[in-house]
Amino acid sequence: MIQSKVNRIRNAVLFHSSVVILGFFMLYPLLWMISNSFKPNDDIFGTASLIPSTIVLDNYVRGWNFVGNLNFGMFFLNSFFYAGVSTIGAVLSSALVAFGFARIRFFAKNFWFVCMLVTMMIPFQVVMIPQYLVFRSLGWVNSYAPLIIPMFMGQPFFIFLMLQFIRGIPLELDESARIDGCGYFRIFAQIIFPLITPALITSAIFNFYWRWDDFLGPLLYLNKPQMYTVSIALRMFSDPSSSTDWGAIFSMATLSLLPILIVFIVFQKYIVQGISTTGIKG
Amino acid sequence: MKWRCPLWGHLHINFSVESQMRKKNKFRAVTSHHLAGYMFILPWLFGFFAFTLVPMAASLYFSFTDYDIFAAPVWSGLANFAKMMQDEVFWKSLSVTFIYVFFSVPLRLIFALAIAMLFNRRAKMLRFYQTVYYLPSILGGSIAVAVMWRRLFMSDGALNAVLGILGTPTDISWIGNENTALWTLIILAVWQFGSSMLIFLAGLKQIPESYYEAAEIDGASKITQFFRITLPHLTPVIFFNLVMQIINGFIVFTQAFVVSGGTGDPMNSTLVYSLYVYQRAFKYNEMGYGSALAWVLVLIIGIFTAIVFKSSSSWVYYESKEGQK
Repeated sequence: MIQSKVNRIRNAVLFHSSVVILGFFMLYPLLWMISNSFKPNDDIFGTASLIPSTIVLDNYVRGWNFVGNLNFGMFFLNSFFYAGVSTIGAVLSSALVAFGFARIRFFAKNFWFVCMLVTMMIPFQVVMIPQYLVFRSLGWVNSYAPLIIPMFMGQPFFIFLMLQFIRGIPLELDESARIDGCGYFRIFAQIIFPLITPALITSAIFNFYWRWDDFLGPLLYLNKPQMYTVSIALRMFSDPSSSTDWGAIFSMATLSLLPILIVFIVFQKYIVQGISTTGIKG
Repeated sequence: MKWRCPLWGHLHINFSVESQMRKKNKFRAVTSHHLAGYMFILPWLFGFFAFTLVPMAASLYFSFTDYDIFAAPVWSGLANFAKMMQDEVFWKSLSVTFIYVFFSVPLRLIFALAIAMLFNRRAKMLRFYQTVYYLPSILGGSIAVAVMWRRLFMSDGALNAVLGILGTPTDISWIGNENTALWTLIILAVWQFGSSMLIFLAGLKQIPESYYEAAEIDGASKITQFFRITLPHLTPVIFFNLVMQIINGFIVFTQAFVVSGGTGDPMNSTLVYSLYVYQRAFKYNEMGYGSALAWVLVLIIGIFTAIVFKSSSSWVYYESKEGQK
């Protein structure tokens, strides 16, 4: 009896201590970045310490006021605009398409569905060049249109996620609504759409993440500094040839993670479920 | 993702009436639901043609042309592909990408599985631990992390400081050395094993406890149990992860771009394939050659995905006809 209790305690101690030590190493790079954002520039290099000798907020002031008349407030607004509008577009359009595939029988449906699944595996690189040429000839370079408009065309991953969800809703619900005189659109808008809220939230979160982190799109299409998103601004800021003010860079890098962290903390349940049930990548 | 259906109780009453109505309206319904279906999938259908199919066809055409962005494309047959065979940088970027995929994908899956098995138990603080281990995959795609990563591995970065504390001081710049630079990218990818870990954990939870109990009675060792029970049950999850991560590995761009400052240096050791496509197309305006390079990437990804799919029948195990995944 006593022996087994000792064993159990020993196992628990072993488990917790190894998980905590490994977890510390996992988080160390992030903690290092945050701590560096509060260190004076002289203290950043050559030390592994996470505790600043003196805490300074000066990095944030210098970082925020980037160069000349540009500041990070503008870049944050740009990023919120891009991520926000494209998320609304992606979620609404994906829900429409998912409803069509899940609930309506129409000609060649399976064919189009397979097409959609295949597009999930096509690398962006192969459409990147012609897309750029088309948007360029339309005069859309240096606008958000090439980044945002494709997001309104439904995103296969989210369509797939929502479709699985709609399939779990009993068909009888649609049918009884139809008796009451509902057309497809009202069935979608008033019955199905509210019922798939968890899938909508999961899609919205991931789309927000991906757009907030998006780099290649803004790199291709946004060439005016006042249009930069946070991602592009950070990368210009940290360009090896242009800047060595690492304290300021770390401060803005830390700040740029804040919206993602807040979304993560608030919606953690949806994120974990979204990943474990669909294998969507975080 | 559980939801409750508030209308469940009313359904059966209406059902028989509905089927009578449906017969009456059959003709009208037959013609209108095709149109309705297409109206609903119209956004995707338009996007499919405008942003995927037509651009793919255009890029296939461009790959057989000589096309700088300023003059119209000129047909050049297989010249781009012949040029590729002679292009040392192309071969270099190909080998960089293969090394990246062949190390980062398996390492990431092994870490994810190991930690998932560690977490597959009852213990206090488990949810908190999971969050901590998962956090890098949520934040890892950001530019902020890539910028920080670059700094971490510089000669006066944190890694060397830690090595100094451990008694092996060095002033090597890990990102400045052509032998180690790619490894910083591989570590960055492996570090983000959290999302795979969550998928594995969900898979582990579905294996019935009774299987292990029966194995225990038969005297099977823990190692035998792992290879005979755990691993076979997880093969559908491993399969799915493998396909998605191979695809994502071959198209990696952002991290390599930021860590190398957009150049793929030192000595092209971090010049992943997508970065090379980007450089050719948008730095040197070689749209024809860039398209040809992009199509080779499609082919490579297609071949690898096909190999994994083909091989899956011999190693992916489904418990019932329905399949688990």
